Amino acid sequence: MSQVVGGDGAVGSVPVDEQGGRRPNHVWRIVGIWVVLSVVGDLVFWFVAGPHVPPGTMTTTASGAQFDFNVLFVVALPVILGVWTYLVYAIVMWRASRWVGEGDPVRGPTARSNLKVQVAWIVTTTITVLAMFVFGTVELIVPAGAGGAEGPNPVWTPASKSILPIQVIAQQWQFTYRYPTFGGMETNNLIVPNDTTIAFHVTSLDVIHSFWAYQLGVKADANPSVDDVAYTKTRQTGTVTIRCSELCGIWHGAMFDYGKVVSKAEFMKWGIATEKALAANTKNLPPFAWTYVPDANGASGVYADTSGQAPYSKTQKYGATKAAQKIVKSPTTVTTTATATSSTATATSATTSTATSAIRKLTRQASGTTL
Amino acid sequence: MSLDIAPPPDRIGVVEPPTRGPLARRPAWLSQHIGTAAIGAVAGYALGHYLGNTIASGYVHVQTAAENDLAVVLGLALGVVGWLLGIGVFNYPIAKMFGRKPAEVPEAANWTRYVRMSLDHKTVGLQYLIAVFTFLFTGGLLAMAIRTELLSPTSHIYGPGTYISIVGEHGTIMMMMASSLVVGPLGNWLVPLMIGSRRMAFPRIEAASFWIFSSGYFVILTALPLGGFPTGWTGYAPLQTQADVGMDAYLVGFFVIGTGMILAGFNLLVTVIHYRAPGLTWGRVPVFVWSIIATSALLALATPTLAVACYFGILDRTATTQLYVNIHGGNSYLWEDLFWFFGHPEVYIMALPGFGIVAEILPVFTRKPLFGYRVATAGMIGVALLSFFVWQHHLFQSGIDPAMRPLFMLTTELISIPTGFIYLVGMGTLWKAKIRFEVPMLFALALYFNFLLGGVSGVFLSDVPVNVTVHGGFFVLSHFHYTIMGGLVFGFFAGVYYWTPKLTGKMLNKKLGKLHFWAMFIFFNLTFFPMFLIGLFDQPRRVFEYANRLQTLNDFASVCAFLLGASFLIFVVNFVWSVFINPVATAPANPWGSKGLEWQTPTPVPPYNFERIPVVLSDPYTYGEVGAPPVADLTGAAFATVGAPPRPVDGGSGAHTYPPAGGPGQDQ
Ligand code: HEM
Ligand SMILES: [Cu+2]
Ligand SMILES: [Cu+2]
Repeated sequence: MSQVVGGDGAVGSVPVDEQGGRRPNHVWRIVGIWVVLSVVGDLVFWFVAGPHVPPGTMTTTASGAQFDFNVLFVVALPVILGVWTYLVYAIVMWRASRWVGEGDPVRGPTARSNLKVQVAWIVTTTITVLAMFVFGTVELIVPAGAGGAEGPNPVWTPASKSILPIQVIAQQWQFTYRYPTFGGMETNNLIVPNDTTIAFHVTSLDVIHSFWAYQLGVKADANPSVDDVAYTKTRQTGTVTIRCSELCGIWHGAMFDYGKVVSKAEFMKWGIATEKALAANTKNLPPFAWTYVPDANGASGVYADTSGQAPYSKTQKYGATKAAQKIVKSPTTVTTTATATSSTATATSATTSTATSAIRKLTRQASGTTL
Repeated sequence: MSLDIAPPPDRIGVVEPPTRGPLARRPAWLSQHIGTAAIGAVAGYALGHYLGNTIASGYVHVQTAAENDLAVVLGLALGVVGWLLGIGVFNYPIAKMFGRKPAEVPEAANWTRYVRMSLDHKTVGLQYLIAVFTFLFTGGLLAMAIRTELLSPTSHIYGPGTYISIVGEHGTIMMMMASSLVVGPLGNWLVPLMIGSRRMAFPRIEAASFWIFSSGYFVILTALPLGGFPTGWTGYAPLQTQADVGMDAYLVGFFVIGTGMILAGFNLLVTVIHYRAPGLTWGRVPVFVWSIIATSALLALATPTLAVACYFGILDRTATTQLYVNIHGGNSYLWEDLFWFFGHPEVYIMALPGFGIVAEILPVFTRKPLFGYRVATAGMIGVALLSFFVWQHHLFQSGIDPAMRPLFMLTTELISIPTGFIYLVGMGTLWKAKIRFEVPMLFALALYFNFLLGGVSGVFLSDVPVNVTVHGGFFVLSHFHYTIMGGLVFGFFAGVYYWTPKLTGKMLNKKLGKLHFWAMFIFFNLTFFPMFLIGLFDQPRRVFEYANRLQTLNDFASVCAFLLGASFLIFVVNFVWSVFINPVATAPANPWGSKGLEWQTPTPVPPYNFERIPVVLSDPYTYGEVGAPPVADLTGAAFATVGAPPRPVDGGSGAHTYPPAGGPGQDQ
């Protein structure tokens, strides 16, 4: 930097005339400053900050996101520094006072374009952008969706043969987790085993939510009647922060909980014990399905306030059980327990068309009454 | 070229002497102004509310939930109609419809013309200016309220419902404001002057677009007394469908504002295409006008999607059509797609005018020609075109067809190429310049600084694996404030400081201006830069509770936000003092020594802008070029030298096709 300041006087004494005479080599100065700043900045970032960049390294997808962020940063920092260096250099070196005081300059550079510069600029930006795109695509496809939502029909799936499916059911305003491989039990906390490929099946009973398991590097929107899949593979044990990251109503800010990555053995112990302990509850739940259609009363009783009306009596037919009737009576309870709320949700076996059409008919009738 | 039929150049904008029709002869107390508009609005609301209640009273939903969406929707809609009737927007078409000769109400000579319907683009521009400031300061106060709540992670000032309504109201008001922030005041005021026209193509539509815009302010504000809305400015369904009546204000409000945006865009587009002065070839059109062209095209083409989306939402809520409700054949993705199909062009509606302003200003304060004029226009048009192909980058984590994600990653990243053009133009113009650090120049340079962070963070967001972490969090929030506030709002202030001498005839105080700039620049960055970190450290948007460990960063951002808010007060003081109080601030006609055509007019600009339609001889960027012609011949004598007939014959040669292009100032 002192180099530049030293150069100031020299430039100041350069005559107004740009066409002839001595010309300080601005290009090399700017490039010099830029290269030094960029190299230092990139190295410092990569080695000092890089390993701590969110979301950490708890899963393959988290480390992937961290790596990608760092790579993008290392590319972006020189871009930012380049423009800033240029701006600062211009502001310092090319002030009006350095030339002819207040009046208009008589003569000066008037280039209206410069083919070489323009072509170089366009080529450089295009190559950078395309490289970013290729990099991003590889990093998306190779880690099977990179922990992001792949919708109901994932095209990129993990190679692993043993994938643990966990269903995330979002509703206003909490997440519950169903483990189909443990008898379809449902818990309030996410417990996942270490060293395991996991498929999160995210769905919603009411509005759109987003399941964001921060340290796991997983995010997938929870849409009503959509089974949204996201994959990851755990690599470390620890605590996971889970937040809803799509605005879902007034208590959106309170829609968070904490999960855990535990060792495989611990997970099996927990899973088997919990399955047993919850067996009675699980029986009351609608059968496990990839999506659930809320019954006439809405998953949490908010689509329509039917208090004062006869509770919708045909729920029995499409799977809800007694717990459902109970909740119908107090539809305004906000924090219903996992068991109760999911019971109001009715399992759709989306594949059996008879069941679905029956539900359609029923819900249509139901909506007629709530119009 | 039948499209080129234009009125004779010297007759453009000449309005026949006002006919003393029945309307014009009414007593003063019967004339129409903002007061009658307010009466119309209240009467319309009452009528609509009554109708809604009558129509929908039998419905169970209405009875049990004690809310009637139909009454609210009809109330607001008829309220807007009443407002427009009251101000006189419909006088002309109604008179025509009944075969009467419509009365011309002459423009009021005093300040009252600002509270009446005016057909003069300069009056409308200033009306817009007042309106956007009203939006901006309302939204700004709400931002202060947001930052106050976020001072503490767990103890709360508002209930969660109030808080989310404040966030949504802030976002919606700001987005409505930002889509007209430059196009409304500066676009309407300056474009006719810059293209050497005496008027806009459709002065009545121009006035209508303003009065629609202003009614939108009241519509969206009624959301608060109606109980607010829980969806934020993005209004996602089915949350939208289940929300209380405040949601209706959002839907009607966006529909109304959208209508105004379509009209304004359409009008500006036609004006630029058909009302350019002779000699103003496409290669000479100022870049600011190019940015308005690109923006207007987006306004006219993207906004209808918003109107449709809002209309569907209204139907869902009143007629229970269930278009956004999955189980009845509707789809919650439909809203997301429609909204963002509009929403992404919208973000360029909010970026391009800022680019246009700084590109217009840089040559003036560097005393150099604009570098890469063609690159600049190509950049703006490229951005505008591409902006229609990127919207699903808002849905990367929503469960859309997964194979779509690389495609939208590509289109999104491609858009940074034409955006980069704007930087090339700016940096090329600064090369070996003679920079004068006037206040507009400071704001213009700040745009380059801020928008860079906004744009680069956008590339992070477009990278799907990184998007997993940053989507839906404060990182996004910081990103779009850097582009909209750091870009558009800074560009807007550059424009306001630059053009106020022409608009008002008064110079703004330079010392206060610099103070305003530094306060706004520093505290803007100190407010929003930490929010990138807050987002990376897992704080989602629109939450009233956050992790304790993030309190320090949040408090820092809040305090800086208050100071940022305060910096706007410096501007208000400056503006009020310089324009209304200080007697010696009178501005010379061309204080910056600009070559822009708009600066060649006397101040105040006469009612019909140009005594004779100017003949444009060059683009306005000939700074430092020896022997360059003046930007235009204002006397009309150039017609003779060019040898072209003073008026086009049968649309044969359009008003803008002569003199032949290729003057010395050409970028060719
Ligand atoms: C004084 C300056 C401003 C401050 C301090 C500020 C602050 C904020 C904060 C804290 C939030 C989000 C809260 C949350 O998501 O939890 C927010 C949201 C938002 N702001 Fe601003 N803002 C400012 C100016 C602007 C401007 C000028 C615009 C646009 C032109 C704007 C547009 C928005 C939008 C669209 C949202 C999103 C609302 C939503 O989530 O629905 N803001 N602002
Ligand atoms: Cu949620
Ligand atoms: Cu977008």
